[in-house]
Amino acid sequence: MTTTKPPSRGAFIWGGLLLAALAFGLGLAAYLGSEVKPQANAQSDGPGGPFTLVASDGKPFTLANVGGKPYAIYFGFTRCPDVCPTSLAKMARLRARMGKDGEKFAMLFVSVDPGHDKPKDIGQYVTLFGTPIIGLTGSEAQLAAIEKSYGVYVAKVPQPGGDYTIDHTAAIYLMDARGGFQNMIGHDESDDAALAKLKQLVG
Amino acid sequence: MIMRLAATLMLATLTGAASPAFAHAGHHTAARQTIAITNAWARETAPAQVNGGGFLTFTNKGKVADRLVSASSPVAPTVQLHTMSMDGGVMRMRELPDGIPVPAQSVVELKPGGMHIMFIGLKAPLKPGQSVALTLRFEKAGLVKVAMPVHAIADIGQNMGGGHDHH
Repeated sequence: MTTTKPPSRGAFIWGGLLLAALAFGLGLAAYLGSEVKPQANAQSDGPGGPFTLVASDGKPFTLANVGGKPYAIYFGFTRCPDVCPTSLAKMARLRARMGKDGEKFAMLFVSVDPGHDKPKDIGQYVTLFGTPIIGLTGSEAQLAAIEKSYGVYVAKVPQPGGDYTIDHTAAIYLMDARGGFQNMIGHDESDDAALAKLKQLVG
Repeated sequence: MIMRLAATLMLATLTGAASPAFAHAGHHTAARQTIAITNAWARETAPAQVNGGGFLTFTNKGKVADRLVSASSPVAPTVQLHTMSMDGGVMRMRELPDGIPVPAQSVVELKPGGMHIMFIGLKAPLKPGQSVALTLRFEKAGLVKVAMPVHAIADIGQNMGGGHDHH
């Protein structure tokens, strides 16, 4: 392959696009790095994307089932006594404040504890929050896949007596209708700041 | 704030009546402490949710440091003292095996986002309107009984646990 042709105009454009994409990727990685513990095998592209999980009725649930809406997604477990209910209650409260706009996004709760949480249990759990929340879980493999693609840190921590608790990322991810990462709400973020992000998501 | 403190002291008197250790607490004996307990509440749980959380505030008006050593309740076989920390966006919950120190002249809050009482193996779901009986064992103040009203899971104030002053 000996080409002496100077780089074409097209090559410059593609090169520029590549650099821009790289810069965006680096910026996103830096932003996420400040919030989320990076995964050992983190992908270089942004978090999110399609997934296959299990709904509370035991049936498969994929990105297509979200119904073409942007969505907020939170990873936790029902035995989590504090940060999970606090975060879901916060989302319910914010959605109520949004009025009609609150219907423009879906809310997903993914239990990363298939060892304890059965699909039906998660369905019952999410109904307590008084706003439609889609309760999901999955097989170990399905959960491992979404944890990786969304950059969510999940670690089982054994407890005395043989049980375990779970360390997990406590941020709420805001995704567009195609599963692309838009923003995230930190667990201690003020309602007003979080509301602004949700309005932007559905705007 | 003053009103709140007054309410705290009144409640302490009421709570103390149920506790021999508390009832005998006086300023004459350094070994006996007065620990006032306020803002006690537990969070509603779903049917299959076998763990639950409870929160309260300790006010140690005495001159001697105390420590909450353990807690027990008829609602669950195991009751632990837990803390939650955020580490780079990751929530980590851990038992506090050495209990919770309540220094002299201090207010220690167990509230969402921080420390909590953890009920493990709930015999039945905690329902709003119900009250959870809790017995606390302090190193110096001894046994203190407290009732924790159950609040709806979605009923959480904006400042994480605020709005729970309505006793």
